[in-house]
Amino acid sequence: MTHETVFSGFGGQGVLTMGMILGYAAIFEGKEVTWMPSYGPEMRGGTANCITIVSDEMISSPIISKFDTVVALNQPSIDKFEKAVKPGGNILYDTTTTLKPPTRSDIHIYSLPAGDIAVELKNTKVLNMIMLGAFIKITNVVSVESIWKGLQSVLPERYHKLIPLNQEAFMRGYNAVNVDSAVLI
Amino acid sequence: MAEENVDVLVENIVTPENLVYRKPTTLLDVDMHYCPGCGHSTVHKIFMEVVEEMGIQNDIIGVAPVGCAVFAYNYMDVDMQQAAHGRACAVATGIKRMLPDKYVFTYQGDGDLAAIGGNETLHAANRGENFLVIFINNAVYGMTSGQMAPTTLEGMVTTTSPYGRDPKVMGYPLKFGELIAPLPGVAYVTRQAVNNVQNVRRTKKALQRALEYQKMGLGFCLVEIVSNCPSNWKMTPLESNKYVQEVLIPYYPLGDIKVPEVKK
Amino acid sequence: MGEVKLMKGNEALAEAAIRAGVDAYFGYPITPQSEVIEYLSREATKRTGMLVLQAESEVAAINMIYGAAGCGKKAMTTSSSPGISLMQEGLSYIASAELPCLLANINRGGPGLGTIQPAQGDYFQATKGGGHGDYRLLVLAPYNVQEMADFVKLGFELAFKYRNPVMILADGALGQMMEKVELPPQEPRVNVEYPWATTGKPKNGERRVITSLHIQPEKMEEINIRLQQKYQKMKEEEVRYQTKNLEDAEYIFTAFGLVSRIAMKAMDLGRQKGYKIGWIRPITLFPFPEKIFQEVAPRVKGILDIEMNSGQMVEDVKLSVCGKTRVEYYGRMGGVVPTPEEILENFERMFIKGE
Repeated sequence: MTHETVFSGFGGQGVLTMGMILGYAAIFEGKEVTWMPSYGPEMRGGTANCITIVSDEMISSPIISKFDTVVALNQPSIDKFEKAVKPGGNILYDTTTTLKPPTRSDIHIYSLPAGDIAVELKNTKVLNMIMLGAFIKITNVVSVESIWKGLQSVLPERYHKLIPLNQEAFMRGYNAVNVDSAVLI
Repeated sequence: MAEENVDVLVENIVTPENLVYRKPTTLLDVDMHYCPGCGHSTVHKIFMEVVEEMGIQNDIIGVAPVGCAVFAYNYMDVDMQQAAHGRACAVATGIKRMLPDKYVFTYQGDGDLAAIGGNETLHAANRGENFLVIFINNAVYGMTSGQMAPTTLEGMVTTTSPYGRDPKVMGYPLKFGELIAPLPGVAYVTRQAVNNVQNVRRTKKALQRALEYQKMGLGFCLVEIVSNCPSNWKMTPLESNKYVQEVLIPYYPLGDIKVPEVKK
Repeated sequence: MGEVKLMKGNEALAEAAIRAGVDAYFGYPITPQSEVIEYLSREATKRTGMLVLQAESEVAAINMIYGAAGCGKKAMTTSSSPGISLMQEGLSYIASAELPCLLANINRGGPGLGTIQPAQGDYFQATKGGGHGDYRLLVLAPYNVQEMADFVKLGFELAFKYRNPVMILADGALGQMMEKVELPPQEPRVNVEYPWATTGKPKNGERRVITSLHIQPEKMEEINIRLQQKYQKMKEEEVRYQTKNLEDAEYIFTAFGLVSRIAMKAMDLGRQKGYKIGWIRPITLFPFPEKIFQEVAPRVKGILDIEMNSGQMVEDVKLSVCGKTRVEYYGRMGGVVPTPEEILENFERMFIKGE
């Protein structure tokens, strides 16, 4: 099985970290991973994204233009990547900051108020973890346990005290996205 | 006189107690390519004397430039690397950083050091690289037959300033020693000459001091030597030495520009 | 199995350099490979005593390598296209003076300042000499992060075996992307006394001179002949490549580096549609794997060469097959990465629809 995802948002929202946590989690499950970031001036407050491919087999191209799942943390990411979802694939977005939701009828559309949840948790920096929780719920690319291991690998040791908060954020997202309520094909 | 008699005579005269001059053993016994009267051969000799006297022939690595001294390794009997034009200080950085316990020197002309290699020299100085730079300043490009150097004086005629150096067009003669002396990484900057016996002795002393400072790890040392170029100046050796004294030295005054404070 | 990590290509290369016992890194930051000098500045000196020095320019960096390599030390640098251009003079001197060193070019889109996106426009520069005079680098083209790490040790082995500069030619994507990488064990830095290295004149021996200047043309020709013999030996002993699906192949996709993976995916897509496509990936770009192309040429209908440039390696492919089969090129330039779908589309356009 191969799952091709793009995580996209503003620079600073932690989209690259989302891909890295997923990547490490996949390694712990013995899977192959490629993580390909957008880089350069885009990293300075503009939009940033990373393509993360997880597979049971060797991954050929790390750069792809069609995705199984698009995870959009802001409006420009929806605008840019909605059309890049494979037919039958998924788009996941944050309703808090979205004015124009996705409209395609041949894909699954999932959403959750991730921004509001982050405010409830009094830490907007965990928005990415909330979205990652929702992503794992809808795709099951890796197990939650592997995500915990991935989190430990990605977070520098001095931030390990923040792991419980990140786990809480992840689970809030995991439970907030309703798979049944997805706009189905 | 029979030939045997000459041999006997020579044998009687060439004895240790009669020795008044010998080449340093650190200088290879070969003909030099330098023009008659050129200061390079003098500097080669006195520097190799210093190496011999300090007993460091097996502990020193030199870097030859592009310019007249490109063949310095044909004369100096020490390990040497030949650098690309202007890059001697970068090459010396690579050597010294790998072999911090060895003595390292570069031997560069004015074009190599101050024009094409200005950046490498400046930054090696600013990093306080702990090696010696021997800088031969004769105000002209010797090897390529007499073009203008960054140190060519105002009004001086060269093949690329045939009407005399006009600072409005060609800039001013560059005093590289004074330029880098204020940098904290620079330990020792001095300007010497080899146009007469007294100056030769002072230059030799300066070279020795610079190597001693290097041993102490004090940092970048620059010994600038105002020299001549009889061929391209179109002068006899004597005339050229006079020109050094009367024209170059007034603009490039001799003496120490920066001396480190050394606790005795 | 060694330590497995998720790492960027640039970081994997840097980590591998520390573990290979490299003595010195001299470099100048340039996107998309500044992670190498940043990683080494953070990690290398404290772990192995390796020297990491940020030079004032790429020009200075490559000449510092000349000096360090001349002392018999393992010295390396990394840069990206414009910086590699600045190093060409130094590389010519290093090749001529027969000094070993390793450098990596994390190729970005050009010409000029270009873009920081991945490209392969430096193939000619890397494989045909690059600087002045008749010389070659031994060029290794990794296609994943694992090889970004593995080719450091291999690169130094080859550099010292041939006393020749070795280049890892990668691209911005390989530098920036993360993949699983199995790290090699830490090797100690070793002090080897080479008879040619300038470490101070031996007490009972001749002085060593490292130079590329031989003013007598006959002597310079001798040096050239020796260099050419060395390159010939590389052609005999160091050719590396990888193949897939050659057994029943009617067509061949060939590409190097990252693009070879995209071409592999295009091959898979093509096979799903019934096209019998095989795949050849040159790993050494110099020496170029001529023989495998010579072998397959008579039995295939055509070769499609795919590159992120205007078609550079395709010249070596054509020289190798010597007219024995049809060779076409497809590629993107200036930092644009081709997709598997567009490669297949263009294959169909050229070879199937008979355009």
